[in-house]
Amino acid sequence: MSKVVLRGFGWRHAGRRAWAVRDVDLRIDHGERVLLLGPSGAGKSTLLAALAGLLPDDSGEQAGTVEIDGRSPADARDRVGIVFQDPQTQLVMARSGDDVAFGLENRGVPAAEIWPRVGDALDRVGFPYPITRSTAALSGGEAQRLALAGVLALRPGLLLLDEPTANLDPAGADLVRDAITRSRDHDTTLILVEHRVAEALPLVDRVVVLEAGGGIRADGTPEMVFTAYGNRLAEEGVWVPGFRISPRKAAAPPTGPPVARAENVTVDQRVHDVSMTADEGEVLAVTGPNGAGKSTFALVLGGLLAPTGGRVSAFGDQRPPHRWRAATLTSRIGSVFQNPEHQFVTSRVADELAVGPRRLGRSADETAGIVDALLQRLRLEKLAAANPYTLSGGEARRLSVATALATAPRLLVLDEPTFGQDRRTWTELVTLLAALRDEGHAIVAVTHDDDFVQTLADRTVSLGRLSRRPS
Amino acid sequence: MTFTTQPIGDPSAPLARRNPVAKLAAALLFSLPLISTLDPLTPAIALAVELALLPLFGLRHTILARQVWPLLAAGAGVLITMVLFAADRGGTLLVGLGPFDVTTGVLTTALGLILRLFAIALPGVIVFATTDPTDLADALVQNAKAPARFAIGALAAFRLLPLLNAEWQMLTLARRARGVDAGRNPIAKVRLFGATAFALLVGALRRGGRLAVAMDARGFDSGIARTYARRQTFTGADTLLVVGAIGLAAAVLATTITLGLFRPII
Repeated sequence: MSKVVLRGFGWRHAGRRAWAVRDVDLRIDHGERVLLLGPSGAGKSTLLAALAGLLPDDSGEQAGTVEIDGRSPADARDRVGIVFQDPQTQLVMARSGDDVAFGLENRGVPAAEIWPRVGDALDRVGFPYPITRSTAALSGGEAQRLALAGVLALRPGLLLLDEPTANLDPAGADLVRDAITRSRDHDTTLILVEHRVAEALPLVDRVVVLEAGGGIRADGTPEMVFTAYGNRLAEEGVWVPGFRISPRKAAAPPTGPPVARAENVTVDQRVHDVSMTADEGEVLAVTGPNGAGKSTFALVLGGLLAPTGGRVSAFGDQRPPHRWRAATLTSRIGSVFQNPEHQFVTSRVADELAVGPRRLGRSADETAGIVDALLQRLRLEKLAAANPYTLSGGEARRLSVATALATAPRLLVLDEPTFGQDRRTWTELVTLLAALRDEGHAIVAVTHDDDFVQTLADRTVSLGRLSRRPS
Repeated sequence: MTFTTQPIGDPSAPLARRNPVAKLAAALLFSLPLISTLDPLTPAIALAVELALLPLFGLRHTILARQVWPLLAAGAGVLITMVLFAADRGGTLLVGLGPFDVTTGVLTTALGLILRLFAIALPGVIVFATTDPTDLADALVQNAKAPARFAIGALAAFRLLPLLNAEWQMLTLARRARGVDAGRNPIAKVRLFGATAFALLVGALRRGGRLAVAMDARGFDSGIARTYARRQTFTGADTLLVVGAIGLAAAVLATTITLGLFRPII
């Protein structure tokens, strides 16, 4: 059970001019459960890192004070537990039980107490497997449950959750929220950062909203905060409950022949017998449970992977897309990956946009024109000289879509384009894709985002799970 | 080569059960003395001893053969190199391949090198094929007093290795999606490989950094003396394994010396 007091707290990362977070005065009492909100860039994650004692003195400059039970975060580390976004980089050991034991070993808990505490923590989060279960065999949601158990086993007085479901599909996110609910006790103070507010609200009793420029904008019960600030928060990208977005469907059904057609496409152990068409002026959503091979199918349709059975034909070409030269491919089909960083090949945003046109043999003038137009269309002008790897999640997503558009393909294949995005980027993406569709592009999006399907998709293809478990 | 992190074979076999540090020490102490001689007999006897001991490690020859195919490839490489470049072409001429005379001398030297390669590598292969990485890290910390920061840190990094495979495939496909391919140009191929490898490295470093923060958040850097959830013990039987390995190595060398075939490396 811990009490948190911040007085005039601020933090500036070394080498940055702007404060990541500043002027925060906040008092959180024993056992309170707080949802921490704010527009992206308001410093929510920095604040959590400060509370977890993970900001070393030499990594930046601090203003004001932070106290956890009257001690500095560095001295209170043994009372604080934190769960991060990415399940892959939180698990340490090869076996699930060993992973929960890892923290207990670090804290010098006597060997005889370790295994009972491991079992207890796994029970609290509802971990369904024996302790010998390989951590590599867990789904994202299960791995995140295990990470939570590893933190709960340490019996923290203050539990910090930094977007624990942002990297998970809806089913995985449900597993984790369920685990948080199950493991809730009145001795633990909870601070949660999460921008899918509707799902997070049952877990908390207080909402604190950080102001982008510093300070706290709102603080109170969820009803109070959303009544007074809901509109503005929604505009700034927070997924406030009750603010729906109006549908953007195609005005008319497609008329011409399909630009691409998949016939009985199969990829061993990953995709089973998928047939579909992509049409100009239409958004097609490809949905289905995890393990149904949606992402693999997107790679095949995008001409990046050869199917092991069936065929893809597109743009009237005799050869299937996976046999085309890369430059030809980009002039016809643009692929946008789930993780934007996979697709970056240069160290400047503007160069990133110039790669495709240059490869197609466009002149320097033409290329510059394309780059400028895209920077403007996707609100990236100010970032033209920035390194793509330093962009925020929303900026990186916009850039990855822009790079695909740079070669003017008629077919766009996107894998989970709205994954983990805040409401503002989400709305921008939907607006952009709707506009592209209305200009006559064919758009195929693999997604498990229901809102996206409801708002934008003109047609849906659902892939079934393979009967055989993918290895 | 498939990347396995789990031991193969029967973990309850008498020598597979021994302490990982004892197995590692035995493997080193048995194979290192073999380097001292250039004759083909020493590695041949050593290899015979190693193969004879396999059942005690719960390993079947067929399963092991699948693990050591890179060694077989290396052996073939040695043979080809010797046929092409051996300076000593004494002995009886067996067959002339154009400018290359394949003589008994050439084959004896090649055989000696291949046997050494196998005899020295096999003990290491046996240890890692019969040892769980977690057990090895535990034993290194508890029995060999290796720093936990190093042993457990390496273990955690080891867990991330299989991810690199999927990451590499993703990066390669993503480059094609960006219109970047090498076609038939070998120089472009090398450059593309280099760029992809660099992206892989950058990604690995970022992931490693995040993992390190998560580990420290769970007290890995607390400075408190760690306790051990899993006990590794070093018993009399483990000492016996190490002593036995030294004894066997001595016996192998003694045989060669007695037969007058010992050819010191210096």
